[in-house]
Amino acid sequence: MSLVFAGVCSHAPGITGRAARAEPKVRDAFYAKLGELRARLEAARPDALIVVAAEHFANFFMNNMPAYCLGMAEHYEGPIEDEAWLAIKRHRVPGNAELSRRLIEAMLGDIDLAYAEEWKFDHGIMVPLHFLTPRYDLPVIPVNVNCQGPPLTPLKRAYDFGRALRRACDAQPERIALVGTGGISHWPATPDSGVINESWDRKFLERFLANDRTTLVSYTDEETLRDAGQGGFEIRTFLTVAGATEGATGELLFYAPIPIFAVGCTVATMAVR
Amino acid sequence: MSLYYVQKLLYQLNRDPAVRKRFDAGRPALLDEYELTPEERTAIEEGDVGLLYVMGVNGQILMHYAALLGQPWDVYIDAMREGVREHGPVRAGLYSMRKDGKR
Repeated sequence: MSLVFAGVCSHAPGITGRAARAEPKVRDAFYAKLGELRARLEAARPDALIVVAAEHFANFFMNNMPAYCLGMAEHYEGPIEDEAWLAIKRHRVPGNAELSRRLIEAMLGDIDLAYAEEWKFDHGIMVPLHFLTPRYDLPVIPVNVNCQGPPLTPLKRAYDFGRALRRACDAQPERIALVGTGGISHWPATPDSGVINESWDRKFLERFLANDRTTLVSYTDEETLRDAGQGGFEIRTFLTVAGATEGATGELLFYAPIPIFAVGCTVATMAVR
Repeated sequence: MSLYYVQKLLYQLNRDPAVRKRFDAGRPALLDEYELTPEERTAIEEGDVGLLYVMGVNGQILMHYAALLGQPWDVYIDAMREGVREHGPVRAGLYSMRKDGKR
């Protein structure tokens, strides 16, 4: 059929792993909106869910780092992290290798992406799945955009990658959902963990929800590092979703900085036209 | 300085239960397989998260390693802060790009 759903959400490990330490009111409001994202996702009746993630050295390392990679396995597993630390039990997650192959074949006409027949999920995918497909019964196709180990793909390319992903989805008979996950401004895994630049986040979200390509691709990595931390490099996943929904705008379901989660917690959908 | 191999070891340790088994069984034999300086070797053997952070290990790799060591969150964050106090600013990698050491 085609792309039937698009959204974004945060994936920080604290969202599950340090849940008890968050202020209950804001935490529960965030969880409720993740629940709403799940309800909207389910209402779209997808056959498969593509998760565009910014993985954190669960599969890819600087010995052979792809800028873009798409999973092509029958199943995946995660989390790689200690189960108690993340508060998510290890699961086998179904994939759809045959659909992956068709998507990859379609995309290779536009973009040089890598593929992987093995893929272990880290918190970047497991935290979203914990809320969106808690029964782990929907086939998942992981996509990675390297946001951790510079040199990184330019933002214009991340947007174009989304366009190519959309073309590939629209050429398939299946109903496909797309969720991008990443931080906006944050300084995760540093002594500054918990610092969040809310005004920067809100400006970015305004541009994202308007799907304003010109301003979205205008950030330089130097500016992002300065204003949004190294975690801000993960805006690439948002840009991919924006590219996949070019011409459509979005709806913000939730945004609030939750310092113990180390990120401005975000839930949004993008219209699919 | 062989930051690349420090990170490679920790990356493999974090993701591969077989490597973890070898790490738990006897760190020296595993560490022999990587090109490490004496300082790097000691930091890994002793689980010195603060020094590894200052050396420039990517925080995402280091965070998973601290979790693997069973370090509580606050202990892990404090270890990085203490590392900077004791050893100075981050020497290499992504976090050394911030010249002032602060946001």
